[in-house]
Order: sequence, then structure tokens, then C-alpha cells
Amino acid sequence: MEKNKYKDLVSKHTPKENRLFNALLAFFIGGCMGLIGELLRDFYAYVLDIPKDDTSIFMITTLIFIGCLLTCLGFFDKWVNFARCGLIIPITGFAHSMQSAALDYRKEGLVTGIGANMFKLAGSVIIYGVVSAYVFGIIRFLLFGGAI
Amino acid sequence: MIYLNAFLFAGLVCMIGQIILDNTKLTPGHVTTLFVVLGAFLDIFSIYDYFVKIAGGGALVPITSFGHLLIHGALKKASELGFMGLAMGMFDLTATGIVSAIIFSFFLSFLFQPKN
Repeated sequence: MEKNKYKDLVSKHTPKENRLFNALLAFFIGGCMGLIGELLRDFYAYVLDIPKDDTSIFMITTLIFIGCLLTCLGFFDKWVNFARCGLIIPITGFAHSMQSAALDYRKEGLVTGIGANMFKLAGSVIIYGVVSAYVFGIIRFLLFGGAI
Repeated sequence: MIYLNAFLFAGLVCMIGQIILDNTKLTPGHVTTLFVVLGAFLDIFSIYDYFVKIAGGGALVPITSFGHLLIHGALKKASELGFMGLAMGMFDLTATGIVSAIIFSFFLSFLFQPKN
């Protein structure tokens, strides 16, 4: 009896997530990130006069720096809570996970804190990326000879 | 036109991620890992190369491009040097992203105090 009452109370006060709104918000924010990426590529190609294919390196470095800096200043955590996948899926999410791990574990020491924990969240991205790229690379190499 | 494609492609990738996150019990870490594997998978038949061609930066910003760049560098070296090239060229193109993320987060963590 008490249990059922408790369950009712909990379900009444759990905030309902509007899934359609979340999806549209992620679409908009993620789209803006893609647009910023393309604009930055054009900007670097125009200002620094480098080939368009090499500008992606500059663009990714810029976005990682912005992600790290905003995480340090404390804005990014709120934005990630609001926009969710719109900011986690772009490369800024990678920078955010590394920066927040480095900030949180700094007081445990240089080696046992920062060194051991920096890749706590980003490590799975690198590990599974390398494993899958190796396996799919073998498949591609055997099928098409590795030509791009 | 490429700006519209960039907006639509990046938005679509993020929307798919948000739908997966909302309707299953996977954490954001699972979703990003899944997308990296997906990016490497789409490169077997050069599908992701086509996305980069039409959407430009919109296809390079989402984390799927990380898997794409890993397999792209590995295959480039492999076509020159054979089988061992897969391991040699794996980090050729992604090195900049990983190194700059490490350097920035290491030095910035000394300058700032953690909030909350």
C-alpha cells in the first residue's frame, strides 16, 4: 500500500522529458556546429591561404581549443545539460570529456590524478575507433587493395 | 549550398544520437563510441568520403569523422607499404586532434579551478 503510494508520488514528480523537443534541439545545435566548422574551413582557406583539404586540421584544433576553454570557464557543463547530443556528438564533446576529467582529478596529483584519469571517458572512443578501423581496414584491404 | 548540406548533415547525426540516447538505456559514452565505429564502418565502401565531399565541414565536425580519419590514414599507408601500413598510418590524420586535446587540457587544468 505504502509502496504504491510512493511510486505514484515519484512518477508524479519525475520531470517528463519531451523527446521531440530534445531531438529538434540536438538537430539545431548540432547543425550550427557543422555550419561553424564549414565557415571556419573557409575562413582559414581565405586568410591563411592553405589548400582546402588541409584546413580541416586547423578547424578541428580550433573547436577543441574552444571546447576546452569553455569547459574551464564553467559554461560548457550547463550547455551540455541543455543541448545533450547537440554538443556531445561534435568533436567538442571529446574535448569536454578530457578537460573535465583533467580538472576534476588534478588535486589527486600529476601522475595518479591527471595522468591516470585524463582518458577515462575519451579512452573508449580511441580504443574502439582503433579496433574497428583496424578490422574494417583489413576487410577493405582484402576487398579493394586499400586504394582510396 | 555546401553550408546548407553541412547544417543538415551535422544536425541529422546529432539528432540520431539524441534519439538513441532518449529511447535506450545507453549513456553518452556508449553513443559516441557507437558513432566512431559507425564512421569507420561507412568507410569500407567509401560512403563517408562521399559525405565529406558534399557536406564539407558538416561531416568533419561530428565524432563519426574520427573513425573515418583513422581508417583513411591506415589505408593510405597500407596501399603504399602493404599490410603493416595499417598499423603505421593509423594515427596519421587524427594525431593533431588527440595531441592538441591533450596539450590544451593539460595546461588549461593548471590555470583554472574546477567549478561546482
